[in-house]
Amino acid sequence: MTSTQPRPGLDGPLSDALLGAGRFFSKAPTTPDNRAVFKEGGRGDWFYRDRWAYDKVVRSTHGVNCTGSCSWKVYVKDGIITWEAQQTDYPSAGPDKPEYEPRGCPRGAAFSWYTYSPTRVRYPYVRGVLLDMFREAKAEHADPVVAWASIVQDPEKAKRYKSARGKGGLVRATWDEAVEMIAAAQIYTIKRWGPDRIAGFSPIPAMSMVSHASGARFTSLIGGSMLSFYDWYADLPVASPQVFGDQTDVPESGDWWDAGYLIMWGSNVPLTRTPDAHWMTEARYRGQKVVVMSPDYAENVKFADEWLPVQPGTDAALGMAMGHVVLKEFFVDRPTPYFENYTRAYTDLPFLVTLDAAGDGLYRPGKNLVAGDFDNTEAASENAMFKPALWDAAADAPAIPNGTLGHRFGEEGLGKWNLDLGDLRPELTLLAEGGEAVEVELPIFDNPDGSPSTIRRGVPVRRVGDRLVTTVFDLMLAQYGVGRPGLPGAWPTGYDDETGAYTPAWQETITNVPAAQVERVAREFAQNAADTQGRSMILMGAGTNHWYHSDLIYRTMLMLTTITGCQGRNGGGWAHYVGQEKARPITGWAQMAFGLDWSRPPRQMIQTGYWYINTDQWRYDTFTADELSAQGAGNGQFAGKVTADLFAQSARSGWMPTYPTFDRNPLTLADDVKASGLEVGPYVTRSLKEGSLKFAVEDPDAEENWPRVLMLWRANLFGNSAKGDEYFLKHLLGTDNAVNAAESPEHLRPKDITWREQAPEGKLDLVLTLDFRMTSSTLMSDVILPAATWYEKHDINTTDMHPFVHPFTPAINPPWQSKTDWDSFALISQRFSELAEHHLGTRTDVVAVPLMHDSPDAMATPHGAVLDWKSGEIDPIPGVTMPKLVMVERDYTKIAEKYGAVGPLMDTLGTTTKAVTVDVNSAITYLKGKNGVRTGAGVDAGRPKLDNGINVAETIMALAGTTNGHLATQGFKTLEKRTGTLLHDLAAEHEGKIITFNEIVGQPTPVITSPEWSGSESGGRRYSPFTINVERLKPWHTLTGRQHFYLDHDWMQALGEALPIYRGPLNMTQLFGEAPLGEINELGVSVRYLTPHFKWAIHSQYQDNWFMQNLSRGGQQVWMSEKDAERVGIADNDWIELVNRNGVVSARAIVSHRMPEGTVYMYHSQDRLIDVPLTETNGRRGGIHNSMTRILIKPSHIIGGYAQLAFAFNYLGPTGNNRDEVTMLRKRTAPLEY
Amino acid sequence: MRIMAQMAMVMNLDKCIGCHTCSVTCKQAWTNRTGMEYVWFNNVETRPGLGYPRRYEDQEQWKGGWELGRNGRLKLKGGNRFAKLATIFSNPKLPEIEDYYEPWTYDYENLLNAPASKTFPVARPHSLLTGEPMNPQWGANWDDDLGGTYKTGHADPMLKGIEDKVAFEFDKTFMFYLPRICEHCLNPTCAASCPSGAIYKREEDGIVLVDQNRCRGWRMCISGCPYKKIYFNHSTGKAEKCTFCYPRVEVGIPTVCAETCVGRLRYIGLMLYDADAVLAAASTKDEHGLYEAQRAVFLDPNDPAIAAEAERQGIAPDWIEAAKTSPVRRLIQDYKVALPLHPEYRTMPMVWYIPPLSPIVDAVRETGEDAEDAGNLFGAIDALRIPLEYLANLFTAGDVTPVRHVLDKLAAMRSYMRDINLEREPNEDIAAAVGMTGTEMQEMFRLLAIAKYEERY
Repeated sequence: MTSTQPRPGLDGPLSDALLGAGRFFSKAPTTPDNRAVFKEGGRGDWFYRDRWAYDKVVRSTHGVNCTGSCSWKVYVKDGIITWEAQQTDYPSAGPDKPEYEPRGCPRGAAFSWYTYSPTRVRYPYVRGVLLDMFREAKAEHADPVVAWASIVQDPEKAKRYKSARGKGGLVRATWDEAVEMIAAAQIYTIKRWGPDRIAGFSPIPAMSMVSHASGARFTSLIGGSMLSFYDWYADLPVASPQVFGDQTDVPESGDWWDAGYLIMWGSNVPLTRTPDAHWMTEARYRGQKVVVMSPDYAENVKFADEWLPVQPGTDAALGMAMGHVVLKEFFVDRPTPYFENYTRAYTDLPFLVTLDAAGDGLYRPGKNLVAGDFDNTEAASENAMFKPALWDAAADAPAIPNGTLGHRFGEEGLGKWNLDLGDLRPELTLLAEGGEAVEVELPIFDNPDGSPSTIRRGVPVRRVGDRLVTTVFDLMLAQYGVGRPGLPGAWPTGYDDETGAYTPAWQETITNVPAAQVERVAREFAQNAADTQGRSMILMGAGTNHWYHSDLIYRTMLMLTTITGCQGRNGGGWAHYVGQEKARPITGWAQMAFGLDWSRPPRQMIQTGYWYINTDQWRYDTFTADELSAQGAGNGQFAGKVTADLFAQSARSGWMPTYPTFDRNPLTLADDVKASGLEVGPYVTRSLKEGSLKFAVEDPDAEENWPRVLMLWRANLFGNSAKGDEYFLKHLLGTDNAVNAAESPEHLRPKDITWREQAPEGKLDLVLTLDFRMTSSTLMSDVILPAATWYEKHDINTTDMHPFVHPFTPAINPPWQSKTDWDSFALISQRFSELAEHHLGTRTDVVAVPLMHDSPDAMATPHGAVLDWKSGEIDPIPGVTMPKLVMVERDYTKIAEKYGAVGPLMDTLGTTTKAVTVDVNSAITYLKGKNGVRTGAGVDAGRPKLDNGINVAETIMALAGTTNGHLATQGFKTLEKRTGTLLHDLAAEHEGKIITFNEIVGQPTPVITSPEWSGSESGGRRYSPFTINVERLKPWHTLTGRQHFYLDHDWMQALGEALPIYRGPLNMTQLFGEAPLGEINELGVSVRYLTPHFKWAIHSQYQDNWFMQNLSRGGQQVWMSEKDAERVGIADNDWIELVNRNGVVSARAIVSHRMPEGTVYMYHSQDRLIDVPLTETNGRRGGIHNSMTRILIKPSHIIGGYAQLAFAFNYLGPTGNNRDEVTMLRKRTAPLEY
Repeated sequence: MRIMAQMAMVMNLDKCIGCHTCSVTCKQAWTNRTGMEYVWFNNVETRPGLGYPRRYEDQEQWKGGWELGRNGRLKLKGGNRFAKLATIFSNPKLPEIEDYYEPWTYDYENLLNAPASKTFPVARPHSLLTGEPMNPQWGANWDDDLGGTYKTGHADPMLKGIEDKVAFEFDKTFMFYLPRICEHCLNPTCAASCPSGAIYKREEDGIVLVDQNRCRGWRMCISGCPYKKIYFNHSTGKAEKCTFCYPRVEVGIPTVCAETCVGRLRYIGLMLYDADAVLAAASTKDEHGLYEAQRAVFLDPNDPAIAAEAERQGIAPDWIEAAKTSPVRRLIQDYKVALPLHPEYRTMPMVWYIPPLSPIVDAVRETGEDAEDAGNLFGAIDALRIPLEYLANLFTAGDVTPVRHVLDKLAAMRSYMRDINLEREPNEDIAAAVGMTGTEMQEMFRLLAIAKYEERY
């Protein structure tokens, strides 16, 4: 302050006088200058004190499909839930690290709105037209099953209630009536069509394991099919099973802190990982460099040191170019010892591949060289065809290292399934002075239209017998275009070679990212990894994972994290964050959810395949499978086939599961088997060969092969995940839809699937949804049951973003007539069991089981060479060339007893997760005490009770290694016999500990290191995947036992995808005749249509929430660039309409300069319930975000029976990818009508 | 010297992820009720953007805050109290509901209750004020993440003078978030504007409150507040505002917005200041001097003489201790990384901000520097996507120097800590270049990055 200023004061004597006068009216002290009045607190402020008052605070969380897993304080006053705020009591991440508090986000903070909102489902509802029919039928037929039959067997009645689906007219029913109708429909379906015609869908158990397990347990006990979710959501990164042989295992967010270099690649962390984002913002202060790849100026770009605005879906081009730089600079020009040692020990890069002659001295990469292929000491050993060879420099000869798939099973492999190289010195390259080299032909897909062509590059070779071999590393350098002196072939001339795949300049022509920037980021990423021994990390997300070719995008990224030695290192490696929620106590959950304590195996179905077939989307494929293959460089496996043919082949080969399995009720089939006097295998194979029995997938439109009953809980299929939503409405539900696509022309129809002229509409007889709020799924359902919210029940919750288990506890009891999912399915199972007395009794069920991962089934296909029994190339052999067949006895009158108690099967069989079997008798004894036991004379007598959420939660935690230290150490000891390495010390610190429900109510509790997962938390360490593999030399679950990049299965080679490679977004003009991108016609402008995760919702949840509606703009929104908007006369907030062959959306435009030209975003899961007008296209209600998409099956996702390419539930399966779509977009001109 | 204690907040905008959790938890706890539908005691603005209510920062229009008269004395920009009394029944400087937004809800019940019909039922929007069907045209957060800003953004008052530096084009996009609550000013214009004397500043902690019993609904406070953080409850007819969660703060719990901030960017702490010096400081002639003038009003509790005097004047010893360890004090006074929001309003606001640092290498390279050099990367503050002038218009009445100093410190901290992260010898020159020691740098790092709960509040 300066002394030249006049004396401070207010503006004039009058003000002074007035303000001064105010003092006389108030006893409060004022400032001497009368500016302000001061008062001591505590008077006149009771209003806010009263507002703040509450009676109790309860710990709960949100079981929405979200990885947040945040613990919340729920406030209750006068028995009413008032609001929520985050818990802040997570155990510390360490004195020198930030903490997990206060996890949460605006969506979760708005949850309590639902409790009393007008969208709350308070009572059971049934559509009036159906309820009337059922009541009338009941009046006529006393037996509800007969009554149900009289409706669904009457085509007129069936059509009447099915075509009314979604169109209002819901009426209240009693619980008794609703449950009776549900049970009657199930009994009828089992009896008439078979139990595998019933399906249950509830996603993501981690978010509320008890609730998930409820319906899943019921479904599994009756022999229904539980539908997968991870692959269906396209969240499963197929590259993970391909490369790691693992479903997904990623670092907790606290491990971001450990990274020195962080790339966010298609993962918009502030939006989609809101509670975890702070780890990134804070790690920057440690000098971490942050790079973002995103097509738009996404929220995370705000935090980025560099932004690479890559064109949507071209990320693999960027990944290949970065790999080019890293391989050239850090392996060829200046070999980096850390990288070389790592790749030798932990990757398949040193393994040998046989080269197949292609004429004219040209070769093509063939199969992995295995012990059974050539003369060596292991040639006649057990599983020799699954023991790949590498080149040992010490002996200058091929050798078989420990730790391969062949060592994982069988007696001979005991103690040898490890990564200890002993005296072996694996060579990365066979390049030697004066050594031999040949030209190989490699596929490439960089033509602008995506069509295949080939390139020729050279590799050094050696001879093994009469075979020419090279290493995966040498092939990799050829693939990435990194030349070395002395090798033949055409190579890029330098980074600036635009035509030389896969240089930085080449990628710029595709991605628009400057070559120099790519070069620099790649170099920095690798240099940081070299400097820190692997602390470079890539956070990848849905932006890169929801494409048809996402497996390739991911493989290029995994190459970067792997060759730089970042996997299995804290602070390094891949961090896949898309729906990856981790049910940490996975073994306990699986026992409960699939009823493995009573009967095995359960039916588990790939959901994408299920709907591809059953919603008849296969009928709208207008291209051949060969159009997507490498053609010239491929092996012709797909010639003359369409995708649906490949799907049928996968099913009959036992690669992927398929339910309904046969065109016969599996209960009838079991009767037929018994009557034949044959075993099930011979009977079925004979019938298949005769043609008297067929796979249902070969004639999906025949009425005996339709799905009949669908149960949804914790799910919103029709308003959210249904890719090709309008096809669901048409074929599955039989109601209004906007399908505008043409069916396949005759020459493009499947050869192996019966084509019926008229596609059925309304296949499902009963749709049941349990929910607490209205969604498209409740809207479309025949029966709605009122569910308790997450603040009204007991359950448990985990995620992989943090290492804690924590609970749901009820703030209030379920209000009105709502019930917890556990109680609802208990009621259903009770009525079901009663009705079964007369209709079903005890029956035998033939369950077809696919060839399973983490089992000897994975050795069904030597060399991944495909032989199809249908074409007579081999015999149908259950468990080898077709599914296994298991006879399962089901006493349908005992379902309720089984549902409500822990069964006896585990006592003898134990539990098995990832091939590690554990004896759980100690846990069963513990549970008998903890839960109490059933009394009486039922099958459940003396068994631990499962009669409420707490009991089920205790059971889940007692049966899993992550929550029961004894089982973790026991599992590790079992595994030690196989690996011959020390492991059980990892869990020893918690040997005597079982985490209990009371404990987690007190505070979130960290889990225990367990063989169920690949990383270690021992000693309070931050979780990073594969640290056990790297530090304890435990193999990955792949063919080589290493991180695996060369995929030699016939179909991978057919696709041209044996090695990481770039393939762009699908060409929808070529495949489906959509207008080329950028074209303008009477329907507006053609744009790429993407559906990234939303800021104002978690999937469809919260999108309807008042708070989120008012903080966003409300209703359905489509973001687009101002340039595209101006081209077709659209202004911000204008009503617009989107139309393509799949459907119609009517939304409002949000026009923004942060959007790239040519691409629009309709953020994920904007349901059709809120402010959606009738469309001007067809006068019907506008669709959801997935009305514009459809299912497209990628053949590489349905390979099975071969090493890591083998089925497990949610581990491998076709993804419901949806990013390759395009649409026309125009301004709405018709007046708004609702 | 009259020593008073003030509860204050610092928000580190560099860490703000724009998630709005603070807004929702605050609204759930405090304003989720009739008459307050449009009210967000805490809101988060995407900047550049118009804010909530729209263009509230344009005091040429709204006349909020104080201004310096020709005589060098402070006066209410909206006119003195006499003038206010004269216009009490027609207040032209009051934002209309459209300037906030017309709150809406939907006919949710239709989803369950719709009779059998030809189409799928839907929940239509209707106004929470009139009950009439409506088509939302503006909201509390309408331009979130730059929605529509290519058209509306030019009206952002903070672009004044730098219109040529900001282009709303894809390649040049930038944004950051500005969460806002009441500033609990040392020199509040709301209180000075209230004809009823209903607005008071709590003696013990400086929290500014509206006495709900005394408020007569004149709404002069709304006009007077340049931050537009007092709202009119159209149901009770009284003014309401952020209370700094006094029922929580009094028992030692942070405010709702702070404790629920998942970006972990909010700090709460006590500041001691000389109440007798406030008016003079607020009257500082040069607007650029207001930031330092306000800092000069704060007293150092670590000065034994100040501590003793404070105790003599009746401030409790544990409060003096709290002032000593206050993270807010450290950020404002010791590290000087926090800046006031709009000091030019002369209200002496007490919610301060650390401006966002977002170095983008492209921008550095355009300056001709070698972007790969860590020194350049972290030091090239002038080349940031967010123009310094924009931040200066928000925090320092347009003076870019203090903003640059803050960003230099943050950048230097990243650079300094990188060596430690990579287990290399730290480079003390980096710390010295921004006037700090390595030890101070590590302490600041601890406060900003590790930010344990007990150190944030």
